Amino acid sequence: MSLLSQLFHTFIKTIYDVLPILGIIATFQFLVIRKPLPNLKKILIGSGFVILGLTLFLVGLEKALFPLGREMALQLVNHSQDNAIDLQGQWQNYLWVLIFAFCIGFSTTIAEPSLLTIAIKANEVSGGSIGILGLRVAVALGVAFGITLGCYRIIVGEPIQYYILSGYTFVIVQTWFAPKLIVPLAYDSGGVTTSTVTVPLIAALGLGLAETVSGRNPLIDGFGLIAFASLFPIISVISYAQLSEAKIFFSQLNKNRLIKRKLKMQQQFDEP
Amino acid sequence: MFATAGKLRQFLFQSLKDIAPIILVVFYFQSMVLQRPLENVQDMLLGLTFVILGLTFFIHGLEQALFPMGESLAHAFAKKGSLFWLLLFSFSLGFGTTVAEPALISICNEAAKIAGEGKVIGNSSEEIQHFSNSLKYTVALSVGISLVLGVIRILKGWPIRHFILWGYVSVMVFTFFAPKEIIGIAYDSGGVTTSTITVPLVTALGVGLASSIQGRNPMTDGFGLIAFASLMPIIFVLVFGIIML
Repeated sequence: MSLLSQLFHTFIKTIYDVLPILGIIATFQFLVIRKPLPNLKKILIGSGFVILGLTLFLVGLEKALFPLGREMALQLVNHSQDNAIDLQGQWQNYLWVLIFAFCIGFSTTIAEPSLLTIAIKANEVSGGSIGILGLRVAVALGVAFGITLGCYRIIVGEPIQYYILSGYTFVIVQTWFAPKLIVPLAYDSGGVTTSTVTVPLIAALGLGLAETVSGRNPLIDGFGLIAFASLFPIISVISYAQLSEAKIFFSQLNKNRLIKRKLKMQQQFDEP
Repeated sequence: MFATAGKLRQFLFQSLKDIAPIILVVFYFQSMVLQRPLENVQDMLLGLTFVILGLTFFIHGLEQALFPMGESLAHAFAKKGSLFWLLLFSFSLGFGTTVAEPALISICNEAAKIAGEGKVIGNSSEEIQHFSNSLKYTVALSVGISLVLGVIRILKGWPIRHFILWGYVSVMVFTFFAPKEIIGIAYDSGGVTTSTITVPLVTALGVGLASSIQGRNPMTDGFGLIAFASLMPIIFVLVFGIIML
């Protein structure tokens, strides 16, 4: 398909995707609020930008991010197999794939602007005990570890539900014991880390892996990396909050012990 | 006009920042580890330019048109007090924003293509298109319903933990019965719904609601909506798979 016809085709489809939300908002505005739209011109131009932007973005995905993810998976698998010694069919053969997955997960997350917003909020909520940089690193490590584990799963071909469901069981147990105010932020961080740019790339990486590693089926094994990437940040953020809480608790405990010892010494000193 | 250009430049910078880590990591692996050139570099560069420009325009347009309208509506409905209109609006908001969510569109297209190649559905372009649309509307429906549930929960003040717990129990049960081709897609759908368009508007609804009811914390209550919106799609897509495949 030529570029122009692809653009046109996507443009038409995008209009259908954006119309519902525009229609909904306009209808409610007219029927229920019964006020005319302020700045009609600005809104029309803005909607034009939304449709144009979404069209370009989707065509760009087809042209760049999906092929890039696939191609990287293919080349890394081939590279790993060329350099494999004699671990036929073992996951150790695919070490470079896992390292790449980790790097992509960590770097895209640590640069994510919405994560910064959440980290600042968490810092305020916790009264400063949760550091901004610390939280960002925690989330980024969570995403990186999640995607790496997800790639490992694709390589060994185990059912995804074992991983994700035990992960969520862990999250539920952890939530029960977590500091109350951090829970919303932890769940949010799971959602925001998978940004619009990262999702297609990671999805393509998974599909590419499932297509290249022999014995895997893209449909059964290829999906699921995004689920991994949204699950593990929840765990890492709650863990981070629990660790910071424990640190404060223990330093408090230590301080109390020191004060007690001092008092005791003073008493002994005073007694005779 | 100058304000627009300034905003656009700011969003362009943000999109560049989104994409920069990917380029850096890929470049590092290409030059240090693989030492092999990528195929179709020109196509990819063109595509990346499209991605960056597209994202810039998209976010700019959202800030110009959708977000101000959506947020003022969300606040208005949260304060208006008519339960019927509030719930109808919540459902429509969830449904409409999800249909236009770029990450979801791209995943649905890809899933349909792979399903077509894997002969799980017919391999004609109509059937693939149909599967992609059905998947997208299933997810949108689930987000709409989860917002309705979430709003009712906020109004009643029910604890969120029970909902989340029962949600995951249902995920486990439906996973057991679902065909294995749909499980990965279903789990992924939970992560892609809550993204660029949905989160700001849904947060506005939650914050508006929580601040118009006495004794509520905007943060904890607003969040409940997002958590539902990433849980419910998993269940719905699993059911979709049980019925369709």
